[in-house]
Amino acid sequence: MNYYKTTTAAVAFCAAGAVSAAELEVTHWWTSGGEAAAVSEFAKAFDATGNTWVDGAIAGSGGTARPIIVSRIIGGDPMHATQLNHGRQAEELIEAGLMLDLTDVAEAEGWTDLVNPTSLLDSCTVDGKIYCAPVNIHSWQWIWLSHQAYADAGVAVPSNWDEFVSSAKALEDAGKIPLAMGQQAWQSSGAFGVINVAVGGPDLWNKINVEKDAEAAAGPEMAKVFEAASAARAMAANSKVQDWNQATNLVITGQAGGQVMGDWAQGEFQVAGQVAGQDYTCLPGLGVNEIISTGGDAFYFPKQDDPEIEAAQKELAKLLLSPEVQVNFNLKKGSLPVRGDIDLSSANDCMKKGLEILAAGSILQSGDQVLSADTTGQIEDLMVEFWNDQSYSAADAQAKYAEIIAAAD
Amino acid sequence: MAVTDGAPMMSSPTSSKRPNRLFKNLTAKIATIPMIFTALVVFIGCTVWTIYHSFTKSKLLPAPEKWVGLDQYERLWSTRRWLVSIENLAIYGFCSLVLSLVIGFTLAALLDRKIRGEGIFRTIFLYPFALSFIVTGLVWQWILNPQFGIQGVVQRWGWDSFTFDPLNNANIVIYGILIAGIWQGSGFIMVILLAGLRGIDEDIWKASRVEGIPAWKTYIFIIIPMMRPIFVTALVLIAAGIIKVYDLIVAQTSGGPGISSEVPAKYVIEKMFQSQNLGQGFAASTMMLLSVLVVLIPWAYLEFGGKRRD
Repeated sequence: MNYYKTTTAAVAFCAAGAVSAAELEVTHWWTSGGEAAAVSEFAKAFDATGNTWVDGAIAGSGGTARPIIVSRIIGGDPMHATQLNHGRQAEELIEAGLMLDLTDVAEAEGWTDLVNPTSLLDSCTVDGKIYCAPVNIHSWQWIWLSHQAYADAGVAVPSNWDEFVSSAKALEDAGKIPLAMGQQAWQSSGAFGVINVAVGGPDLWNKINVEKDAEAAAGPEMAKVFEAASAARAMAANSKVQDWNQATNLVITGQAGGQVMGDWAQGEFQVAGQVAGQDYTCLPGLGVNEIISTGGDAFYFPKQDDPEIEAAQKELAKLLLSPEVQVNFNLKKGSLPVRGDIDLSSANDCMKKGLEILAAGSILQSGDQVLSADTTGQIEDLMVEFWNDQSYSAADAQAKYAEIIAAAD
Repeated sequence: MAVTDGAPMMSSPTSSKRPNRLFKNLTAKIATIPMIFTALVVFIGCTVWTIYHSFTKSKLLPAPEKWVGLDQYERLWSTRRWLVSIENLAIYGFCSLVLSLVIGFTLAALLDRKIRGEGIFRTIFLYPFALSFIVTGLVWQWILNPQFGIQGVVQRWGWDSFTFDPLNNANIVIYGILIAGIWQGSGFIMVILLAGLRGIDEDIWKASRVEGIPAWKTYIFIIIPMMRPIFVTALVLIAAGIIKVYDLIVAQTSGGPGISSEVPAKYVIEKMFQSQNLGQGFAASTMMLLSVLVVLIPWAYLEFGGKRRD
């Protein structure tokens, strides 16, 4: 009798546990001011469903965080959900069956119709099944310009890359750094990609990065891109900071003219209380080719044994793409939402520009979507050396670059 | 328990006839089985596994079936970053070996002169060793920072043209790291060598004093040769520290500016986990193992091969 009682009590307790929901550990590398504010929107929304968001922020950039995330998943100690850049970073993890299949959530929520551009969802799809929930679109294709720096130097704020280059001299004379650059490899490589699209055009970029055309990479059009990058390198010679947000801070405080950086930089301007068009200007595609590259972040859910956890994982996946959360998150983050059907009237000028370009369909895939982590790493190694060694000639760098593209997979 | 009970029973009948070397000290041998097993599986087994996979095209996950021969090694040796890493390791290794020993021994010899407050100095010199490489790296990053560190302070004193900015100069960045490495490690070497000096018989000193040999000569020609085993220990410790130098670089420069302060261990880690290319990382780590063996085997041959002869 007593035994019976305890058993029922235990069963009842377990059942209660099932109703009162699960704790999910979520890892990500959103640690700068604007980013942290954005991710807390997710946490708030998830906690409101009765579940608990256990924040697992990993300081450093994606380059530091990804190895930690991947080795935890491979090592059999997976977190319950994690940020990654959608694309090829998780390819092998999915193929090895380590990730939760979200196809049923996606079907129930109609993601295939909602997500815009559709390439985002394609990047989450392996063998017809969906494995990740894209949460935002981050485009690398921007330059951020400080009004104060240009006012101090007595020149007008540039409206495209050529004007930016020609105003560099005036800025230097005024004791400013024309171009702020963090010295980490991913920033060197990213800035090069933006210059590549702006100077060489999207078609050239696609030919090299999507079709892996080594001849185009070694060709005369690309030589122009390398020349432009080498000029940019001279402008950034005095920028001796490491992190991207330190470089952004140089622009915010008017010590530097501009920074080529993705739209996540916008969050920093916002945190600093600056207003787009008034304190700073943003030029998509460096003001030359107005385009948005559709990289971004997605959440992946490593497979778990516990059905309770799995239910909570799916709930979180559903929540991440819900209209309300998308709006709150992306406004704070400065990124574009992944669904085209929501109202972002409270967005600032820069985001609106981005939304217009997105609506017009001038989009480009991101490097993460088309190149493997290995190739990306090789290009980063090359670029960080090129940007930091003024004696590294553009022609030598181009030859090396063509070699990497020829061997790319 | 069964092991200790069984051992004498088994050894007694054999020892009465002829001493079987296999059963001599059986208890000790049984006790070492776990360690032998660990050495075989963890050290040898994993090394073989790593070397095998360095000949494959393993990406994020090991793929033993994708055999590519020497491709990974060809790519490795045509990569500038790897060549720079090797060069840096050579410079760092040579300088840190020599300087740690020289500074460590000098400090130890000075302390050994029975100075006042030896305990305090010993603590001060050993203290940096209590800090991890990460902390050391960050501390020296600030000290060498051109705005806030040495350069900034000296410039504020009025010497405006003074420049000392090794961490942002690709040509000398490795020496900036070397300073931090020496600062952290030489105190430890000092303590080890001091222990060796204390082991030297007082009578030797008395004899040399009677003969009127100056102290520095006594050190160089008598004491140092007598301390050979201690120096070998110090050498092994320094060498191990050199090969695995990684966290110091990450904390101080993260390989920059550009790739000018990269080291092999960092290449291995980043290729394996960041670039998701295990094969390349394994090839690089195999080369690291090979370079250790190239140094170790002739040394071990001289050290242990020589002893058997005399």
